[in-house]
Amino acid sequence: MTAASSDLVTLVLGIFGVLIVASAVGYLLERRLATDGPNAAVENLNARIRAWWAMVILIGLAFIAGRVGVLVLFAFCSFAALREFITLIYTRRADHWALASAFFLVLPIQYYLLWAEEYGIFSIFIPVYAFLLMPIISVLRGDTERFLLRVAEVQWALMISVFCVSHVPALLTLDIPGYEGRNVLLIAFLVIVVQLSDVLQYVWGKLFGRTKIAPNLSPSKTVEGFVGGVASATLIGAALWWITPFTPLQAGLLSFIITLMGFLGGLVMSAIKRDRGVKDWGHLIEGHGGLIDRLDSVVFSAPIFFHIVRYWWSLS
Amino acid sequence: MKALVAKVAAAAFVLFARAITAVRAIWSEEGLPAKPCVYFANHSSHGDFVLVWAVLPPRLRHRTRPVAGAEYWLKSHTNAFIGRDVFNAVLIERDREKRTQDPIALMVSAIDDGSSLILFPEGTRNQTEERLLPFKSGIFHLVDQRPEVDLVPVWINNLNRVMPKGEIVPIPLICTVTFGNALRIAPGEDKEVFLDRMRVALLALAPKPVGSGE
Repeated sequence: MTAASSDLVTLVLGIFGVLIVASAVGYLLERRLATDGPNAAVENLNARIRAWWAMVILIGLAFIAGRVGVLVLFAFCSFAALREFITLIYTRRADHWALASAFFLVLPIQYYLLWAEEYGIFSIFIPVYAFLLMPIISVLRGDTERFLLRVAEVQWALMISVFCVSHVPALLTLDIPGYEGRNVLLIAFLVIVVQLSDVLQYVWGKLFGRTKIAPNLSPSKTVEGFVGGVASATLIGAALWWITPFTPLQAGLLSFIITLMGFLGGLVMSAIKRDRGVKDWGHLIEGHGGLIDRLDSVVFSAPIFFHIVRYWWSLS
Repeated sequence: MKALVAKVAAAAFVLFARAITAVRAIWSEEGLPAKPCVYFANHSSHGDFVLVWAVLPPRLRHRTRPVAGAEYWLKSHTNAFIGRDVFNAVLIERDREKRTQDPIALMVSAIDDGSSLILFPEGTRNQTEERLLPFKSGIFHLVDQRPEVDLVPVWINNLNRVMPKGEIVPIPLICTVTFGNALRIAPGEDKEVFLDRMRVALLALAPKPVGSGE
């Protein structure tokens, strides 16, 4: 067994341990609290834990399948996220071909470029080519009704759902000396820190939350939850330095940036939901809402994490 | 052989519809009627009955037949295969002049055989800005003969954006199919009153437009 795969096995066993504990707690809570009828909060918690099992197993299988597995998994995430996003935006008949090309042209090309490791074109394909292409296609039908709004919304759907999400598997393309063959662990690091930060913010908020941090955007986010969640996720991130090319201090610092971006990303995505008058982006994952509801903090942290690591650690 | 191909094709249609729309059913509090019933839905896309079909539990799906226009579904061999063999549609001739069989009689006999029906009382696809067109009277004449049949309103949301008329490439968007509580015709209920009541019940299931700030 190589060092990379033995680290991966240790990591997976650790995550399974956490989930087993979570499932046990969920079971006990259900026994305790649900004696007089079902308890909505506990039911939601248990649905979330079950979904976590499914997500961990799915990501684990993708890791085992290697580069292609990871690319296919995140291409699907982009597809489902784009579908949720475009469902909520204002579009007109004239946008039909622009939307079709977002799904069936831009998305596959972006992931093909990753597969081909064409970083130069990968990094500008959406913000340059796709962003110019979308309004060109839409304008051909001559419908000018709320044109700027329509163009901007489709562009942002692509930005969030395809461009940002694709920066998670893009971590595989980095060429870090002394870290060859282990890049998949960088993805694990990013995903674990972001998701733990979300969960810990929720837990800290439930336990000690008093002061709402942004009542207009998200009633459940509190200062106590934010501080506790970011601090504890940063510490756990630092403790995970052994799966990364970083020192413990660097791992902690990067975790801090990741959790901060994740939190702010969550706020931005909440603002969009508020604007559209919905509670969740969709219903893909039981207990979590839509895929974007689970992915929102990853979306904002992935490109930043990718570029920091690329700038300071990667040769490519 | 043909039956097998039709079965595979039906499964493929359902799978494709689910892959594109991630369709989700919102059931009524009462659940679905156990007996044969009539699902009546808004009509804005060719895919409407596929979506209703896709969300029904398989045991009900096999006994549920869409009611569709014969002139369209018998136009070509492919259309006829899809309409008649794959979806087992009750094909009715909309043009009175060309009719050899009474559409109401066809529907009544399908119900008597134990099938449920999917009916689009608007009669044709809605291409307008209106949420729902006025209902044709077919549904009234049907329950006039079988007043004990449950009428289940079904609102299909977003499918018109997936594939508007004249487009060939579908846009993947999330669709929902909302089922309302079953209704029946009241004894001696007037046709216009009945049709209006059905239309209001169906409209009540339509979600508010996204972005309305509600």
